[in-house]
Amino acid sequence: MNNLHIHTGNGQTDSITAFAASGLSGPPVRKRPTHLEALEEEGIYVLREVAAQFERPSLLFSGGKDSIVLVHLAEKAFRPLGNPFPLLHVDTGHNFAETIAFRDALVRRNGSRLIVGSVQQSIEKGRVQEETGPEAGRNALQTTVLLDTLKEHNIDCAIGGGRRDEEKARAKERFFSHRNVFGQWDPKNQRPELWGLFNGRMNPGEHFRVFPLSNWTEMDIWQYIATENIAIPSLYFSHARNVINRRGVWLDDSPFITRYPDEEVVQKTVRFRTIGDATCTGAVLSHASSLDEIIAEVAASRITERGNRHDDKRSEAAMEDRKKLGYF
Amino acid sequence: MNHLDKTDHPPTVQETELLRFTTAGSVDDGKSTLIGRLLFDSKSIFEDQLDAIQKFSGAADQGSVNLALLTDGLRAEREQGITIDVAYRYFATPRRKFIIADTPGHEQYTRNMVTGASTADLAVILIDARKGVLTQSRRHAYISSLLGIPNLVVAINKMDLLDYRESRFRQIVNDFTSFAEHLDPGNITFIPISALQGDNIVNQSDHMPWYDGPTLLSHLEQVDVRDRRNLNNFRFPVQYVIRPDQDFRGYAGRIVSGTVSLGDDVIILPANERARISSILTPDGEVDDAGPGESVVLQLDQERDISRGDMIVKLDDVPESATRFEATVCWMYKQPLQTGKTYDVMHTTRSTRAVVGGISHRFDVDSLEQIPEKKLNLNEIGNVVLETAQPLFIDPYHVNSGTGSFILIDPDTNVTAGAGLIVEGSGAPDAHRHNTPSEKTEHVFWQDWNISREDREIHNGHKAAVVWFTGVSGAGKTTLAKVLEKELWEKGYQTMLLDGDQLRHGLNRNLGFSPADRKENIRRVGEVARLFFEQGNIVLCSFVSPYKDDRKTVRDLFPEDRFLEVHVHCRPETLIRRDPKKLYRKAQLGQLKSLTGYDSEYQAPGDEALSVDTDTTEVEQAISAIAAGLYPIVKKISKKV
Repeated sequence: MNNLHIHTGNGQTDSITAFAASGLSGPPVRKRPTHLEALEEEGIYVLREVAAQFERPSLLFSGGKDSIVLVHLAEKAFRPLGNPFPLLHVDTGHNFAETIAFRDALVRRNGSRLIVGSVQQSIEKGRVQEETGPEAGRNALQTTVLLDTLKEHNIDCAIGGGRRDEEKARAKERFFSHRNVFGQWDPKNQRPELWGLFNGRMNPGEHFRVFPLSNWTEMDIWQYIATENIAIPSLYFSHARNVINRRGVWLDDSPFITRYPDEEVVQKTVRFRTIGDATCTGAVLSHASSLDEIIAEVAASRITERGNRHDDKRSEAAMEDRKKLGYF
Repeated sequence: MNHLDKTDHPPTVQETELLRFTTAGSVDDGKSTLIGRLLFDSKSIFEDQLDAIQKFSGAADQGSVNLALLTDGLRAEREQGITIDVAYRYFATPRRKFIIADTPGHEQYTRNMVTGASTADLAVILIDARKGVLTQSRRHAYISSLLGIPNLVVAINKMDLLDYRESRFRQIVNDFTSFAEHLDPGNITFIPISALQGDNIVNQSDHMPWYDGPTLLSHLEQVDVRDRRNLNNFRFPVQYVIRPDQDFRGYAGRIVSGTVSLGDDVIILPANERARISSILTPDGEVDDAGPGESVVLQLDQERDISRGDMIVKLDDVPESATRFEATVCWMYKQPLQTGKTYDVMHTTRSTRAVVGGISHRFDVDSLEQIPEKKLNLNEIGNVVLETAQPLFIDPYHVNSGTGSFILIDPDTNVTAGAGLIVEGSGAPDAHRHNTPSEKTEHVFWQDWNISREDREIHNGHKAAVVWFTGVSGAGKTTLAKVLEKELWEKGYQTMLLDGDQLRHGLNRNLGFSPADRKENIRRVGEVARLFFEQGNIVLCSFVSPYKDDRKTVRDLFPEDRFLEVHVHCRPETLIRRDPKKLYRKAQLGQLKSLTGYDSEYQAPGDEALSVDTDTTEVEQAISAIAAGLYPIVKKISKKV
């Protein structure tokens, strides 16, 4: 009967581990979220912070997949209310017809308010000067139009679909990115962002750009579109199109592009990886006609999606320079 | 427009986990090269990116690419060849998706690394094998430990320049380990690498046959990311009120920690009003319960006036509501933090004004010493006392990072000036709740007892002592305490028995089961025990008292040789079989949360306690073992004539 078992050592497992080992039903164990669930959750949290911290926020809508995902997230974040943010489209006037049709259908379906900043009108008003020649583009003009539109509508926060994986200057961008009264970004003097605490304080006349998709990659966007069944413009799927080849980039044979004499129009099966201004958005040769095929193509691709963007190729720091001035 | 009809089956998306890690190293340790290598070898760099850096570095003809250029995003960084700001990088393998917060290692270093570390699951610290463990490496380890990053990888780089010598690797491992003993850095893994040559980054190195551990990438893919989430203490800061019409009023927010279920009884802070959860709405529809990190909309069974910054918590687990607390602050602003200055504080979704009541000390992150200081400069870390205009609902950072962290904002410039981590047990509760100052105020002086304990002991005929029974519910503490008290009483000793339920019905009625409340409960019990002790009693205390620190605080109230701690324990199966208060049954059914030893932590004592295993010990045997330790302490003394 000498089963007295008294010891003063440490040799005990703590009870929680002991429960797990004993096979008895222990405390509830919650599965870690998948990467898409984690990203969606982060995006929703950031959008709710915007709604709470700002008075007149607006969602920058280009008709591209990132801003479509943003609208989808905003719908989900505020259920049963739906997306509370008006959509702001900076319209270069050089659009793909599909983009505008898609935009209008989406606004009709969701009942969102649409604010359009028109580059064409700014040119007519003399706020900006149209570029000329074959390399002309309205990309640079968008910055002035965007800032004018924010000011006109008193918008204190513009939500954008920018992602840090897109471009190296964007890799340094914050979720909550402060802009001074001139709309400028100071990359060397950004506010540190810790935990989930976002500081949206500012003085009158200043504004914020907020990027809920900061941590998403192109692949995440496509996977999310697929799992959530989100409608996107037909331009993203392969189709036959008349194109011209300029320095390796396939550009749409658009009425807005002045061709060089030696450039000839050919018909190719293409799709677009990004959608922007028709004069600077390149297509890729592709037969991917379903989301599955697009995901497979993105996975195998050895070129970034902005590799076909003419606007980024102007100089090594083209994006950084434009962002400092107030670009998207 | 909708081309989804082209796919008649849902596309296959592979489910992978997300791992966030931060990288830190000193200037020229080769950190950017390491990240470049990781991206390059895992095929996450695209041809046009490579073209661009080849063009910039003129490297095409040199046959090698400067991989560091991939991570230096800003023009000034490329021009100066240094990294200025935290950069985020992304790559994926079939097993995991990775987010790298790449923090530069020079000036601004502390600010950047604290920022990167605040959300990381793992930290990679880079050490130049030629230089060994530097001051910077120590800082990196200290910050990882401060921020509670559960996993640390020490990558010892440039092994190629030292002929891949094992002895050098071992030496650095020893140096780092002996330093890290003073910290709590989680799990540490050491990997010898050459970022430039690609040794042990993605592919196993042929040059170091003596190393049989994982490569960096395979470690990142397989490391068991200890859950940073707190699953026990439900905390729901209201982020935004959704009210589309008169019929719907929902409170949107992210569950910081713990879980919530339909029908849970909750308290809304600061109003202290009760309600019941009537619906839990996720972005994908209604659910019965939800857990940490999930963004949900909660509805309550009755109309309450709730706005952003309020907190919904469970009835039986209320956090401390404090207007004065101590925190470790990392200062990030060029104007120093100063006593008496007012800042805005953002804590969860709640904002208020705060004044710095005092600076306790600054940490010298190199020597880990505490230095008295009047102010904190940019990139310095120290402990300060904050006093807030409105109460904050806090937990210690190491228990709950979501409710234990805050930022300070300079109200003049709106700049984020500091990051704070709330220190355990530092909160002076808000005056509306339990009104106990955390420290003696200067107006209270210790008075000697009118009749000394020694005189009382002589009068009683024996010495006084405290026997403290600790252990989870059902282990047998109270059973043993009762039998022991009877025995002592019959032998003529003066005794008093205190137990948890008894005190919780009276003195401690206003306390719940949060870590802060448990702490306060034990503090009060200790003080009550002391009064009986001073009266000359043998005080038997039966309390779960799960935290080591709290038991030590009680122990410190008494002379060292008069305090006997007894750890009562048994197998989990026995606990569930006994279950005298049906607590385990309730916990299994989900009707009870934060049951110590079940879903709430119990820190078992070590050598300081006598250990009694009630599975293998009969009651009488246990009593005689305890008595053997007790009788010499309380030995009878003869009355003076």
